[in-house]
Amino acid sequence: MHTPKFTLILVSVAAALFIAFRMIGNDYLFFAGYTVLQYVVIATAWNILGGYCGYVNFGSAGFFAVGVYSTVFFYNIGQQFDFQLPIPVLMVIGGLMAGLLGLGMGYLTLRLRGVFFAIATLALLVVIETFVVNWSFVGGSRGAYIIPPSEIPILGAFIQYLFLLMLILVVLSLVAARTIERSSLGVGFATIRDDELAAEASGVPTLRLKLIATVVSGALFGMAGAPFPYYIGYVEPGSAFNLAYSVNAIAMPMIGGTMTWVGPMVGALLLSTLQQVITVTISSAANLLITGLLLIGFVILAPKGLVGLWQSLTAGRKQT
Amino acid sequence: MQFDLLINAIIAGLMLGGFYAAVTAGISISFGMLDIVNIAHPGFIVLGSYIAYIVSANFGIDPIIVAILALPAFYALGTGVYGIYFQSFEKRGQDALRGLAFFFGLLFVTEVTLILVFGVDYRTVDTAYAGGSLKLGIMEFPLRMLVPALVSIAMFAALQLYMSRTFIGRAVMAVSQDPQALELMAIDPTRIKRIAFSISMATCALAGAFLIVIQPVLPSSGREYIGRVFAICVLGGLGSLPGTLIAALLIGVIESIATTFYGPSWAPAVSFGLLLLTLAVRPSGLLGR
Repeated sequence: MHTPKFTLILVSVAAALFIAFRMIGNDYLFFAGYTVLQYVVIATAWNILGGYCGYVNFGSAGFFAVGVYSTVFFYNIGQQFDFQLPIPVLMVIGGLMAGLLGLGMGYLTLRLRGVFFAIATLALLVVIETFVVNWSFVGGSRGAYIIPPSEIPILGAFIQYLFLLMLILVVLSLVAARTIERSSLGVGFATIRDDELAAEASGVPTLRLKLIATVVSGALFGMAGAPFPYYIGYVEPGSAFNLAYSVNAIAMPMIGGTMTWVGPMVGALLLSTLQQVITVTISSAANLLITGLLLIGFVILAPKGLVGLWQSLTAGRKQT
Repeated sequence: MQFDLLINAIIAGLMLGGFYAAVTAGISISFGMLDIVNIAHPGFIVLGSYIAYIVSANFGIDPIIVAILALPAFYALGTGVYGIYFQSFEKRGQDALRGLAFFFGLLFVTEVTLILVFGVDYRTVDTAYAGGSLKLGIMEFPLRMLVPALVSIAMFAALQLYMSRTFIGRAVMAVSQDPQALELMAIDPTRIKRIAFSISMATCALAGAFLIVIQPVLPSSGREYIGRVFAICVLGGLGSLPGTLIAALLIGVIESIATTFYGPSWAPAVSFGLLLLTLAVRPSGLLGR
């Protein structure tokens, strides 16, 4: 399937989903749906660096928060001039900022592989958080209030507008992930994942590829984070830098399967829907416990995730 | 800059560093010597704190003594965790990253289980020495910090002696260098790694007791230490216990000075910044092999 055709299918599915949600007309559905979609973007973003290149990023929450706080920053500046940037513009800015951070992280960790890279990203997360906590313009540890407009022309409820934006971002990130996977870029990424030294030795520009991956992955995180302040209305470092983002960003692709663009999407849809249900029916602590247990279970029992399970199942059927 | 303020900041830093040494000792063994990235280590330390808290609150036993009694339990826990890790990851091949995700998940499960059992309130213990302090001229040693630091350094010395003098200790050092050579000498490297990992886990019991003596503990307290312990371990040079001790004292002093002169909210950035710098500039650490 070629990319234009794939994009068309994806857009129609997204449009159908949005129309179906409108027909049901329950705002809670949009609130919950926004979170699920946000996690599809986050899982896809993590997978571009983690699944395709084999670089595990523990600092996902930091990239997400850079998007969140760039919005808070421009919101506060806008307050002084009585002009607010539209959210799509803020998403682009958030993506640029987090992409730049990704570039910086790529350069900083030039010589680091595997585990050392993972620990460095965790350290980076704490450094960024400390700066935000001490930066009073964006609210510091007290947090910052964002007042979302209550109505939007044409669409009506504001949450529907946010949902639509996140839906568009989902389409964008899935198209990006699939295009990368099938292009020479994806092949290059896979050589890094399989054996970076061998790739380097056979002339693959591993450094440039790694930097591309950190930038693309970071930018997607930032774009996912940018609308978040409008979603919750009050941002404090604890919610923006929540380690749950880092765990989910890893758990969802691992549960779905890290080799293809489908895996993170499947993992994110299943896991975050499950989390929404558990949060409502049991508690938000319990949903993290289940995430942790599922992550452990899958890495032990199904190293290739649900997609891998599905593939081995269908392969078995063809043989018989 | 006031002189006695600086002196006391350094003393507080050394005592803090002594505590950090206990927190890092296990990581230094599991990560430094065995190449097992037990990112859940701080989570188990908090578990140790809660065990010290329960027994201490119910029976009035000093938390550090509770921890010494709990050592075998943590050793057994380590044996269990290593068993799962070995069967699922080490035996199947070199997929260290999945192992990493495993421990990351384990960290969350430990933390959330503690939240579900104990809630998100701070827990503290009362010790006989909590309020007291030792004064030498302008220098002041709060016992709350001094006792854990001294016991920690004693534990460190014992570990170093064990590693350098006993047969098993030397085998642990050898397994980190060349497991195949060990096998040729009819020593089972898996058994050696299991023992070493269990020892590393046993240190969690003590480190946890120190933690709750020093400060009130939350289920999520472990997070503060994830980066810090790896910073210390990497800074000290992987697998070098003396290096770890020096790095722990160094980080303690730097953080304490940052806290005294710039405020406590800047302290984490100092140690994590140092970790990033070490990783970027000299990944082999101070006393690296």
